[in-house]
Amino acid sequence: FFQYCLSGHPTLPCNVLKFKSTTIMLDCGLDMTSTLNFLPMPLVQSPRLSKLPGWVLKDGSSFLDKELKECSGHVFVDSVPEFCLPETELLDLSTVDVILISNYHCMMALPYITEYTGFTGTVYATEPTVQIGRLLMEELVNSIERVPKAQSASMWKNKEVQRLLPAPLKDAVEVSMWRKCYTMPEVNAALSKIQLVGYSQKIELFGAVQVTPLSSGYALGSSNWIIQSHYEKVSYVSGSSLLTTHPQPMDQASLKNSDVLILTGLTQIPTANPDGMVGEFCSNLAMTVRNGGNVLVPCYPSGVIYDLLECLYQYIDSAGLSNIPFYFISPVANSSLEFSQIFAEWLCHNKQTKVYLPEPPFPHAELIQTSKLKHYPSIHGDFSNDFKQPCVVFTGHPSLRFGDVVHFMELWGKSSLNTVIFTEPDFSYLDALAPYQPLAMKCVYCPIDTRLNFIQVSKLLKEVQPLHVVCPEQYTQPPPTQSHRTDLMIDCQPPPMSYRRAEVLTLPYKRRYEKIEIMPELADSLVPLEIKPGISLATVSAVLHTKDNKHVLQLPPKPPQPPASKKRKRVSDDVPECKSVKQLLSGSIPVDQFVQTLEKHGFSDVKVEDTAKGHIVLLQEAETLIQIEEDSTHIICDNDEPLRVKLRDLVLKFLQKF
Amino acid sequence: FPEVFYCCVSAPGAGQDVGRSCILVSIAGKNVMLDCGMHMGYNDDRRFPDFSYITQNGRLTDFLDCVIISHFHLDHCGALPYFSEMVGYDGPIYMTHPTKAICPILLEDYRKITVDKKGETNFFTSQMIKDCMKKVVAVHLHQTVQVDEELEIKAYYAGHVLGAAMFQIKVGCESVVYTGDYNMTPDRHLGAAWVDKCRPDLLITESTYATTIRDSKRCRERDFLKKVHETVERGGKVLIPVFALGRAQELCILLETFWERMNLKAPIYFSTGLTEKANHYYKLFITWTNQKIRKTFVQRNMFEFKHIKAFDRAFADNPGPMVVFATPGMLHAGQSLQIFRKWAGNEKNMVIMPGYCVQGTVGHKILSGQRKLEMEGRQILEVKMQVEYMSFSAHADAKGIMQLIRQAEPRNVLLVHGEAKKMEFLKQKIEQEFHVNCYMPANGETTTIFTNPSIPVDISLGLLKRETTIGPLPDAKKPKLMHGTLMMKDNSFRLVSPEQALKELGLTEHQLRFTCRVHIQDPRKEHETVLRVYNHLKGILKDYSVQHLPDGSITVESILIQATAHSEDQGTKVLLVSWTYQDEELGSYLTALLKKGLPQSTA
Repeated sequence: FFQYCLSGHPTLPCNVLKFKSTTIMLDCGLDMTSTLNFLPMPLVQSPRLSKLPGWVLKDGSSFLDKELKECSGHVFVDSVPEFCLPETELLDLSTVDVILISNYHCMMALPYITEYTGFTGTVYATEPTVQIGRLLMEELVNSIERVPKAQSASMWKNKEVQRLLPAPLKDAVEVSMWRKCYTMPEVNAALSKIQLVGYSQKIELFGAVQVTPLSSGYALGSSNWIIQSHYEKVSYVSGSSLLTTHPQPMDQASLKNSDVLILTGLTQIPTANPDGMVGEFCSNLAMTVRNGGNVLVPCYPSGVIYDLLECLYQYIDSAGLSNIPFYFISPVANSSLEFSQIFAEWLCHNKQTKVYLPEPPFPHAELIQTSKLKHYPSIHGDFSNDFKQPCVVFTGHPSLRFGDVVHFMELWGKSSLNTVIFTEPDFSYLDALAPYQPLAMKCVYCPIDTRLNFIQVSKLLKEVQPLHVVCPEQYTQPPPTQSHRTDLMIDCQPPPMSYRRAEVLTLPYKRRYEKIEIMPELADSLVPLEIKPGISLATVSAVLHTKDNKHVLQLPPKPPQPPASKKRKRVSDDVPECKSVKQLLSGSIPVDQFVQTLEKHGFSDVKVEDTAKGHIVLLQEAETLIQIEEDSTHIICDNDEPLRVKLRDLVLKFLQKF
Repeated sequence: FPEVFYCCVSAPGAGQDVGRSCILVSIAGKNVMLDCGMHMGYNDDRRFPDFSYITQNGRLTDFLDCVIISHFHLDHCGALPYFSEMVGYDGPIYMTHPTKAICPILLEDYRKITVDKKGETNFFTSQMIKDCMKKVVAVHLHQTVQVDEELEIKAYYAGHVLGAAMFQIKVGCESVVYTGDYNMTPDRHLGAAWVDKCRPDLLITESTYATTIRDSKRCRERDFLKKVHETVERGGKVLIPVFALGRAQELCILLETFWERMNLKAPIYFSTGLTEKANHYYKLFITWTNQKIRKTFVQRNMFEFKHIKAFDRAFADNPGPMVVFATPGMLHAGQSLQIFRKWAGNEKNMVIMPGYCVQGTVGHKILSGQRKLEMEGRQILEVKMQVEYMSFSAHADAKGIMQLIRQAEPRNVLLVHGEAKKMEFLKQKIEQEFHVNCYMPANGETTTIFTNPSIPVDISLGLLKRETTIGPLPDAKKPKLMHGTLMMKDNSFRLVSPEQALKELGLTEHQLRFTCRVHIQDPRKEHETVLRVYNHLKGILKDYSVQHLPDGSITVESILIQATAHSEDQGTKVLLVSWTYQDEELGSYLTALLKKGLPQSTA
């Protein structure tokens, strides 16, 4: 039982589990923080960005000035942004049998795995995960492809060159593994390998392993996974939430009795309370708009945005914002809003009840109907006609490196009336803003991360009591910036096993049993014997069949009848077959009763002699003696087979077979 | 060992009858009620199943472990509030989300007609419907629901109406699949039923269309469109009485696409009330419709109709052609009846009845050919408009039923919800093709099916590994014989090696050993005799390890052979062959072999 750790990012995990004879990949997270090292891709030619000076080394050499640009003391790569892939060399990924996806944020590397590694297996995910995951990928591909960038920088990646660069480029890891974005055909091919599953559905893998998704409470269709055989249970907890937002609540009970619990995807902002952040979000938004400024919310097209819109729905009238237009701009904005309304079965109880009325579960339907919320595929087209200021714009990408958000940063950055509010926790907002400096616009950081915090984790672990916990190394020590906060780490007994990128862990459990089925005919033939009160035994001699990792015991075939005609046989024909089957005997032989039995069977000259350890029974006429001790019996006789067999059977009457 | 499991099915109201469904299944000690339907053809006690049949005395809650409802049609769920609130049942009731959403609306609708319009008493109330629905647990498709420690159920897509499901009921390794009503070919708005190869001990399948052949539905659709088209072309009005949910949406999609294709201009109306609400359910539960509708719903929601508009009662008097869908479906009250009265006198008009009508309703009367109807106030209404009947219910036909059996591979099949004659035909077909027993119980009859399951036990990994790795020769064709001890304690069964069984029980092994004296005539010296014996055995026992030890003894596997000269006769040597009980077969063989003497040639 091994775990191969292919990603070092604790909330974008990618692990491979070797469990019994199956190879299971758990999630396929794509680390996009690498894009922060690149210049933003503007939709409209940006004079500011195009005028940035090329970077020159200390010694004055400028051979990198085409690839690297300098902006407010930071150096950026002027190229199509690239992503940091999960490790592909640690094991042969074509041997992966299945991939289990826990939520739509953790599947963004899927096309790289399914389309480039010879993967031939199946991917399992829930329907909302697939649909919304598709939207996220579509948006990503679209935002990158619609700004064609001729240049693809590679010189800076040279190890000798990278050494000379300023931080953070100098310290960027595995730059040679960074890859450009995939294409839509690759996305479609990857998604076609997914098989849809529902919560609590038991999926059999090769007869050896059963996997089951459980609601994790974090996002629409988000799941934790149980991977188990009859005797081992591994729980994979990834991106779970105990807060009541829109998704179905987390199923904690089913995680009980795990041998190993792999814990990933905890909150990235353990010190921020999501509710407080939402309040701050609303008040900052209202203040900016009241002062005549615009609000920019860089966000993903699904997820927290639904909750934010719901808060605003309740908030705008009381805050006097009814006339302020809200714009949601994304190539998948419409789809995202529509899809959110049709997954009633994956929603929390309150939202489900609304569907029974029937009403749309999310109030953004009403915001759209009353034209308070308008959605557009991009800033081009209808939007430019409808655009009114002051306004609130929700758009991607949260990294501020591509997507329509780049345009609004360039447009609104110069005025201190405007505010950009960061709600997504995946990117450091200071790093995200770096290429836009100097900036007059206000920046507010309200990260909303509903995933488990450390207090909730320790409560959860107490509740479900796994034998062992496995987690990314980041969770076993306080955050580097808050080294005194020892409460911001996982605390459990025994201490968690930690992993880091490109490591292989041996999981600590030992199997002792396996399931086997006894066929009814064989079961009928067994003769159970009560050995002790409540405990019965039956010896089983049977034929073992193993197929598809399932074991079955059947009646042994009847020995073939000896041929009727007695041909002369060669001696060797009679040689008995070597057998591994050895029955054991147990019990002891009471001498008096044994002698009586002998006499009953016609032995008249039985004599018994006592020895140090037992007795010797003599059959004088037959020149035979039987040594009987507590744990052994020895029959010594002449070569008289009928006699020996008779004595054997009489002895066996007193013993039990095992 | 556990006693033989059995699964017993009784049908308080779903044997050879299309009227209503209510089946009781006992499986390995668990009692599950499948559907709780009402008979639409009766207005008295016979309308509901006879629940006293289930437990003569005692509470239903104590007897039943759960109730499962397959879909929202009243012949499958209509008796539910009566059953849970009036007879009294407080246990869990399982159904899918769409069924849970729509079922109370239909029940309330039906209650209104029965109590408010017909003035019946002794019927469930609105509050009872609400209380009953509180006992409902909604299930996802393919979710394994653990009803209790032993009993689990799982829903499969059935494609009969929105949210219709088939259910697998499983206790240990015993299982039953109940299909409810299902449809094996995708229709205009739903997908096809599907079940995995779950090999249930029993498949309980509906058999409404046991002898109908496929494609007849496509024909009916074409027929329907042709009739509507012709009537509209000649300036007539078409009335289609429907119930708000189910068939109505399918016919709407049918007309909508036809209108689009033929570029027709005549208005289509849908009488208000439930309609918009109904379409809304379809929009919100779009994941339960077919692939095509699901794929395109963002661009175009199939349940947002372009050509079909809300009806206003004033429109009925408008001149010119039109098509109106109006509720209720049996023309017994409400808007559909009002419109019918207005249009009945004109032979250019047409009424199309797309479903079954209960006796006593106007719908039933006109379908049975009556053309002069007595209305309230002794008014006589003469029906000159054309009357058409077309069944559009989505059931599996014979081919579909066979297909489902092929998918699920059941060991037994039980037919319900059909007519005896047709079922008999299907039963023969099933028995011929699949060689499984097929049953068709009458109403109230009990069928018992004995199963003989294999018994799952825990085998110690050590024993399993030993048995799978060792063995004389790795001959794949030869069955692997294994020997172990099955330990039975309480309800746990463990198969372990004999050594482990002894150890666990605190017993010691008793060694049984045999030593036989074999006399052979050989005048040579002892060690020469030994060598001859050694060569002889080596030549014969090719698969065994035969060794000549330095101390002069021979071993064959763990059997020891020593030679001594006879004390009186030097020409006779005594071979002592000694083996344990575990080597009994080989030991016995060796003594027999040595007794025959040594071959002369081995010198």
